[in-house]
Amino acid sequence: MEIKGVGVTMSTSIEPTTTVDARGATCPGPLMDLIGAIRDGESGDVVRLLSDAEQSRTDVPEWVEEAGNTLHEIEEHDDYTAFYVEKA
Amino acid sequence: MTDDIVIIGGGTGGAVLANDLAERLDDEIDAGEVRVRLLNDGPDHVYKPVWLYVPFGKREPADGRRPLRELIDNRIEIEDTRVTEIDTDAKQLQTTTDATPIGYDHLVVGTGSTLASDEVPGLQEGGHDFYSEDGSLALREELLSFTEGHLVLSVIGSPHMCPAAPLEFSFMTDDWFRKRGLREDIEITYTYPIQRVHGNAQIAEWARPLLEERDITIETFFNAESVEPDEGVLTSMEGTELDYDLLVAIPPHRGVDIIEDAGLGDRGWVDVDKHTLEAEHAEDVYALGDAAATGVPKAGSVAHYQAGTIGQRLASEVRGQVPTAAYDGKTICFIETGMDSASFVEFDYQNPPSPIAPSQSIHWSKLAYNESYWLTARGLI
Repeated sequence: MEIKGVGVTMSTSIEPTTTVDARGATCPGPLMDLIGAIRDGESGDVVRLLSDAEQSRTDVPEWVEEAGNTLHEIEEHDDYTAFYVEKA
Repeated sequence: MTDDIVIIGGGTGGAVLANDLAERLDDEIDAGEVRVRLLNDGPDHVYKPVWLYVPFGKREPADGRRPLRELIDNRIEIEDTRVTEIDTDAKQLQTTTDATPIGYDHLVVGTGSTLASDEVPGLQEGGHDFYSEDGSLALREELLSFTEGHLVLSVIGSPHMCPAAPLEFSFMTDDWFRKRGLREDIEITYTYPIQRVHGNAQIAEWARPLLEERDITIETFFNAESVEPDEGVLTSMEGTELDYDLLVAIPPHRGVDIIEDAGLGDRGWVDVDKHTLEAEHAEDVYALGDAAATGVPKAGSVAHYQAGTIGQRLASEVRGQVPTAAYDGKTICFIETGMDSASFVEFDYQNPPSPIAPSQSIHWSKLAYNESYWLTARGLI
């Protein structure tokens, strides 16, 4: 997967403010969980979203860009993906 | 020894399950080997789909209420009480009416959804809804006299009850205003939190052209952040502002607090195995309907089918057999596409929905089902 300007790694050193585990949820559940966490957070907070839904790979980057937040990194695991999103 | 089965919540899931158990465990209940109790916060069963029609003056909230005692088998004990605490270690419940805790061997949580309008500043003052009796009546006051201006239908909460209802309301208002010769003076905007017009990709693909051909403005990636009631402005997290004259919102939803307090799941939704419907964080606890975090819609048909699965599993358990029944994600839904046409979808975990062409006969089927729903609550259909 390639997303312009976003690092895709196997592990990251970013320390999240909060983690949202949306594994097992079907779309749009993971994105809505992320939106809820960003809604509740403060500017500068980093939300780590865990999702195993394939569609999150497109849904999450599209929404993050639309909302003006920052997707710092995407961490690939065997059976899920972790997205690191900073609230603007 | 008696097996105590306790159901919290007398909505569609709880009512159908209670009647299912009365029939399935007929002999065991008569022999005193099984006791089934249904705890509900109030004496009535409420059929929420009626509320969609209230703002248009087509139905009354009373049409969606009947006493539980009229619907539930007499061998099921009904208690009008509110559960205030679930202790899954001691396997007992605290309630508002009994000083003595209610013990259980098997617990089924069917506590449903509540509205959390307070999560969006200004929404309670500035928005209307058709997701409650009071809300649908207040909206009727506005809608019946609304003859010009900007109506905004904003889906704020997701997940929410009846995922099709926001689309239905939009199609119905368009048709209703059009038939009354008012549509040219009324702008309708539909907003949705993600990049599609519906959470389900297939339904979104079907609905988008229908919205467009009816000149309903679409705003996607719109997550309402605040409402300014005095100015009539709705602002999204994404930075979009919408001026409105009438705001109809699908408010954020939550389950009840006792779920989170009991460690069963977040925001009042019980974490469950989506096939067995067993709670993931406690033994001998099931959840169904809106309260169960399965990822399928929070809809009556889901609660209905899940009740059948849990009924079979509980019957197996009390008989010392291995339960094998599993919920397959089955969901059915009528979708109004106007005041006299509707579509229909059926889907499950494996098979996506494929909405059929709207027709008047499906619309009448929906209305007919709404009338015959009371047979579903009784466990007959």
